[in-house]
Amino acid sequence: MINEQKKKRLRRSMMFLNGQKPSLIKDPYIYKADSLMFDLEDAVAATAKDTARFSLYHALTTIDYRGSEKVCRINGLDTDLWKEDIRCVVAADIEVIRIPKCENAEMVRQVEAEVLKAEKEFGKEEGQTLLMAALESAKGVLNAYEVCTASPRMIGIALSGGDYTKDLQTTITGTGVELMGARQHMIIAARAAGVQCFDTIWSNLDDMEGFRKDVETIKKMGFDGKSCINPRQIDIVHDIYTPTQKDIIFAEKVIKEIDDKKAKGIGVFTVDGKMIDIAFYDGAKRTIMLAKASGVYKGDL
Amino acid sequence: MEIKKPAVAGTMESSDCMVTVEPGNGSIEFTLDSTVAHQFGNQIRKVTMETLERLDIDNVKISIVDKGALDCTVKARIEGAVYRSVDQYDNLPWGGAIK
Repeated sequence: MINEQKKKRLRRSMMFLNGQKPSLIKDPYIYKADSLMFDLEDAVAATAKDTARFSLYHALTTIDYRGSEKVCRINGLDTDLWKEDIRCVVAADIEVIRIPKCENAEMVRQVEAEVLKAEKEFGKEEGQTLLMAALESAKGVLNAYEVCTASPRMIGIALSGGDYTKDLQTTITGTGVELMGARQHMIIAARAAGVQCFDTIWSNLDDMEGFRKDVETIKKMGFDGKSCINPRQIDIVHDIYTPTQKDIIFAEKVIKEIDDKKAKGIGVFTVDGKMIDIAFYDGAKRTIMLAKASGVYKGDL
Repeated sequence: MEIKKPAVAGTMESSDCMVTVEPGNGSIEFTLDSTVAHQFGNQIRKVTMETLERLDIDNVKISIVDKGALDCTVKARIEGAVYRSVDQYDNLPWGGAIK
């Protein structure tokens, strides 16, 4: 059974952690990222692929990550590592598996088949392991919609800017201009499929102002969250995704008024001088959800 | 399991440990070099013996250089070294002998 509630949980920040390093995977919950992504892929040296799995298995089954979601990036489908990666993390009750370099629905289905096999082998509930895909090439980005809809386990897609810009034959400029098309296309595809959409990392740790602007941009575009590579980035992401008191009060009014007017048979009306109808309901609900998650909501909704 | 050849797993980084296993002389020979040996030496020995028992190993020379590893890391590095010593990288017994 796939848990729909879990699929839609809040994922503002997804912190990348090198699965090879015990010092990184022993206590990252202190940073309070919504999701922790343990990497078995590019961060792990070729000579440590086998030993990283043992570390991750025991960390996942021993350490209490205190509500942060546990995600694992497995090795690519062009390696001889990914199937054992899946066995390892499914046995350790990983919540989400991230498929790297995903280009089409077939790749999602290949992973899904191995995950199901592992769930059966280790006596896990079928469907407990969710999937997400990283799009890292022009082909992957173009096929975003078929990737999003390839499996009911899919929670969303993430842009991997480094590899993607390499494929485009450009580089990360810090302006975002090179990512514009992919970001717009991916968010449309994800929403059409009813899944989430996550943005790429920001690698220049000396430019925190640029990072802030980048996160503000992707939030405005509709992204659910940002990939983080340093704990310093998490608070900034959460801050930007935290609704202001003004937003919260307005959202409360919208929800209460829509509920009230619906009962009275009124479809469209104004709140604080703005035209409001049922189309604003879900957005207002999301604002309240974000406010609750950020710990700034004191109301009764 | 039988240790087939010498193998190493882990690093000398903080919170990690480096485990070396070699074919034994009929018993378990354990040596420990730890920055926190006075405080956690017995615990590391206990975790090591339990892990070897789960892996069904009673004939090994095992040496651990510890840099403040958690129990789960000690276990992981022992298993890492043992499975390297027998060249097994697939179909590992997750949740069975590895626990």
